Amino acid sequence: MTTAPATPINVRSKTGASRLAGLGGLLLAEWTKIRSVRSTVWTLILFVVVTIGLTAGLTALTVANWNNPQSAGRGHAEIVADPVGFVLGTGIFLGQLTICVLGVLVITTEYSSGVIRASLLAVPKRIPMLVAKLMVFAALLIVLAELVAFSSFYVGAALLHSKVPVSLSDPGVTRAVVGAGLYLTVLGMFALAIGALIRHTAGAIATVIGAVLVLPILSGLLPGSWGAHIDAYLPEQSGSLVYGAHPRLGQLLSPWEGFGVFCLWTALLLAAAAVLLKRRDA
Amino acid sequence: MIEVRGLTKRFGSKTAVDDLTFTVEPGRVTGFLGPNGAGKSTTMRLILGLDLPQHGTATIDGRLYRDLPNPLRKVGALLEAKSMHSGRSARNHLLFLAQTQGLPTGRVDEMLALVGLHDVAAKRAGGFSLGMSQRLGIAAALLGDPQVLLLDEPVNGLDPEGVLWIRNLMKQLAGQGRTILVSSHLMNEMAVTADHLIVIGKGRLIADSSTAEVIARGTEKSVRVRTPDPARLTALITAAGGSVADGAAAVGSAARLDSTVPPGGPAPANGAELLTVTNMDAARIGELAASASVVLHELTPQLASLEEAFMELTSGSLEFGIHGTDPTGTRREGAL
Repeated sequence: MTTAPATPINVRSKTGASRLAGLGGLLLAEWTKIRSVRSTVWTLILFVVVTIGLTAGLTALTVANWNNPQSAGRGHAEIVADPVGFVLGTGIFLGQLTICVLGVLVITTEYSSGVIRASLLAVPKRIPMLVAKLMVFAALLIVLAELVAFSSFYVGAALLHSKVPVSLSDPGVTRAVVGAGLYLTVLGMFALAIGALIRHTAGAIATVIGAVLVLPILSGLLPGSWGAHIDAYLPEQSGSLVYGAHPRLGQLLSPWEGFGVFCLWTALLLAAAAVLLKRRDA
Repeated sequence: MIEVRGLTKRFGSKTAVDDLTFTVEPGRVTGFLGPNGAGKSTTMRLILGLDLPQHGTATIDGRLYRDLPNPLRKVGALLEAKSMHSGRSARNHLLFLAQTQGLPTGRVDEMLALVGLHDVAAKRAGGFSLGMSQRLGIAAALLGDPQVLLLDEPVNGLDPEGVLWIRNLMKQLAGQGRTILVSSHLMNEMAVTADHLIVIGKGRLIADSSTAEVIARGTEKSVRVRTPDPARLTALITAAGGSVADGAAAVGSAARLDSTVPPGGPAPANGAELLTVTNMDAARIGELAASASVVLHELTPQLASLEEAFMELTSGSLEFGIHGTDPTGTRREGAL
């Protein structure tokens, strides 16, 4: 019954002495996780293509129809008042959805695939895993989102130049372009927090998109000044202020105040996600 | 060494693990047995800190799993549930785990070679067969060269060669003084692999002893006796304190599982009749027969298989059993 192994199985480590892993090891591991799954890579590529592509396409379309009497009017006034807000807004409006999806996927695929069990066996204190994931994802996003923001601006500004000249040296423009990258980065964290709270891909994506696209529409219907206040403090409404150069009509918060409110939303959701991650069975 | 003390886990109103206490010693393979739903996987998840218990503790060399620095270097685990991304390659799966523990990249390739996956290391794990996934899981468990191993149904989906490989691996690792806890529903696999058995049913401890003891204790042993003079032998045995049942009817499931003997035994030859004797061993029966000059055609001790011992031990604690009542009556819902 008991047979000796035909070939001795050696599980002892032959490679040299290993060091104790700290945060550096966890960051490396999270980077390996992100880059080794196709869905995250493709979503990032989609983000770049959609955002810059839509900025170019919609701006070109607007310029081509500039003298068409049907499209002239209030729209033009807004573009003239805040050309950088228009250029960035056209691409970000849909481009931000890919960031929402990506932020959710980065954490929910761990649950749907079961990798979360391997991850938490490796990091049983759990919170360091979440922190490392956030840091790697934020670092990746800030680089990519700023690149996309500046590319979108240069493409859009060049197309718009004949109608409304705009440059980085105009007041508020540099802040708006940098702000667009910051907004998209924090939006990724916002989506990751909701993904960590809900743990299911479909439910989390629906919730994030609801918060970003649907809530502003609903809150816009609220009457009176309290309705306007609720509207102003919603995550997307407050966060998006940072990529407009000039205040919109009836704007209650300054660009940085708005961005601060958005960061606060994100921080609260992340804190809730961390507490639940620690307490829930994996 | 794994020490489980008063461990209790409830999911809603269902008690999955109920005041469980046992110790897994190093240097031997400890089998973890129980019917489906007995709480084996939950117990392992509690030891590994994936689930949090309502009461009790599970420690590894005196420490909670979550307090271990670089835990994969101390404890390796293969869970029954899948824990790898189908879109990630085998190598990247091991690589990120190694990075969390500060293990060198070379260790990843070493493990891939050990489990025989080096040729498919760059392939997506989603395309792996059950056996290949299981091998990748074992590579992940052994990555940190751990002193303690928890394996939940490790031979699931493996071909006979793979089963033999796992069996030898576990014996070898135990021989190196490591602590090994392995769950399985294959009793006969445990009989040849485990030195010690922990049997649970409905989340409660049923047995904690050596494999040989569990087999011995599980079922009453009997002896098959064939004689042309059954009346005289029955009288002799009964007088000496044994019990005799008539022939094939009483042979029971023990004989049926013994593949060398067809059901009911060979057809009686020369008018010899088959008796089943309990409460007396074969040697004593032989002595009695010799002293009275009774001819015996057959004298065969019937050993219970581990399967039967297991059924005996856990009958009444089957979570999804066919009986409607709860004969143990020991569920303590709401009492804690």
